[in-house]
Amino acid sequence: MSLIWSLIRRDLTLSLRQGGGVGTALGFFLTVVVLLPIGLGPDQALLMRLAPGLLWIALLLSVLLSADRIFQQDYEDGSLDIMAMGPVPLEIVALAKAIAHWLSTSLPLAIAAPALGFLINLEPAAILPVFLAMVLGSVSLSMLVSIGAAVTVGLRRGGLLLSVLVLPLYVPVMIFGVSASQGATAGPDIATPSLLILGALALASLVLSPLAAAAALRSYLK
Amino acid sequence: MHYLANPTRFTAIANRIIPVSWVITLALLAIGLYGAFAAPADYQQGETVRIMYVHVPAAWLALMVYSIMALASAVAIIFRHPLADVAAKVAAPIGAVFCFLALATGSLWGKPMWGAWWVWDARLTSMFVLFLLYIGYIAIWQAIDEPHRAAMVARVVALVGAINIPIVKFSVDWWNSLHQPASVFRADGPAIAWPMLWPLLVMGVAYTLLFLTLHLTAIRGEIAARRIRAIRIAEIGQH
Repeated sequence: MSLIWSLIRRDLTLSLRQGGGVGTALGFFLTVVVLLPIGLGPDQALLMRLAPGLLWIALLLSVLLSADRIFQQDYEDGSLDIMAMGPVPLEIVALAKAIAHWLSTSLPLAIAAPALGFLINLEPAAILPVFLAMVLGSVSLSMLVSIGAAVTVGLRRGGLLLSVLVLPLYVPVMIFGVSASQGATAGPDIATPSLLILGALALASLVLSPLAAAAALRSYLK
Repeated sequence: MHYLANPTRFTAIANRIIPVSWVITLALLAIGLYGAFAAPADYQQGETVRIMYVHVPAAWLALMVYSIMALASAVAIIFRHPLADVAAKVAAPIGAVFCFLALATGSLWGKPMWGAWWVWDARLTSMFVLFLLYIGYIAIWQAIDEPHRAAMVARVVALVGAINIPIVKFSVDWWNSLHQPASVFRADGPAIAWPMLWPLLVMGVAYTLLFLTLHLTAIRGEIAARRIRAIRIAEIGQH
């Protein structure tokens, strides 16, 4: 257990001190959110209707952009080989690295999303649903993108392939995320069915994606 | 199952099956197409209903081929069957073509019937996601040079996709029913009339046989390609 913590702490420290980690993803998130109203026109009513969907699209793209940081560097400098030979199973290493990615990238983005929502006229009633849905959904996003990152880790031109592979996995998260983010339809009960399913997706991806990611990593490490 | 694991034995058996199954496939396709043109036009859809005879079996096959691909990948992981990876690899392009055929013919049918080439209906969306999964799987084989490593990564991609398909299917149904309660797909009545049903079933069998024939041919080709590769490497080693 302490080994897992130290793995997570190591990845967090690396992403914070190297720079270009959280900053890049947040900057990209901000860019997309600013560009969308410019592309769609400044109509406040239209923006209010589209705001949750726009935030989700921006979140998905930002997480996708930072995906290659999960395994790429450790694969190139050989750290991943050492970890694979160590006492911790590779599945747990993959899980720890995906959790570190969530803490360092997806979670800050999810927290920043309601603030950026003001730029695109997110209705006040939707702020809490958007926040909850994004915190839960970002777990699945980090886990799923870790599969894509593991599958493309040894490829020099993995970027395009990564997005093609991860896009189908993102569809369910996107659908339930946007559905859980609608403030008007939420009603008094905050735990809507969509939010619950989003939680189920997060739990399932926590269990399943380290298995897939480790299997893909093993084929590169041999 | 391991009786067919020997590539030489497999090739010998495939050589005997392929000509026969071509003849049966072409005969069934001819009968099915004749039936499709002889069948009465639909009272609502008119002549465009004939697109159904090439569209529906293609959609069936697109789903079936992906299942076969995922099954072969699972067999490769569990039993280390030497031909399972080959079977999964060469099934993907065939399945992708069936999937594209289903999307393209559906689009051709949609323009006169719905007034749009593409509608974000639940079924269309999940079919499109299936097409993306095929493209991703094929791209993995293209991107990784070393065949053994490509096989291992491709297994992961195929199985992750197989888990993903039902979730996508379920979620797009939810999504669509949420956004547009009156679906574009109406229930087609209790049953299709017999003169329209039998050509559809014949076409379904013909498509399945067409896939099996193409699949056997492609596996045979892949075995030959690997043998050539091994011979070339051996020759380089001698110099």
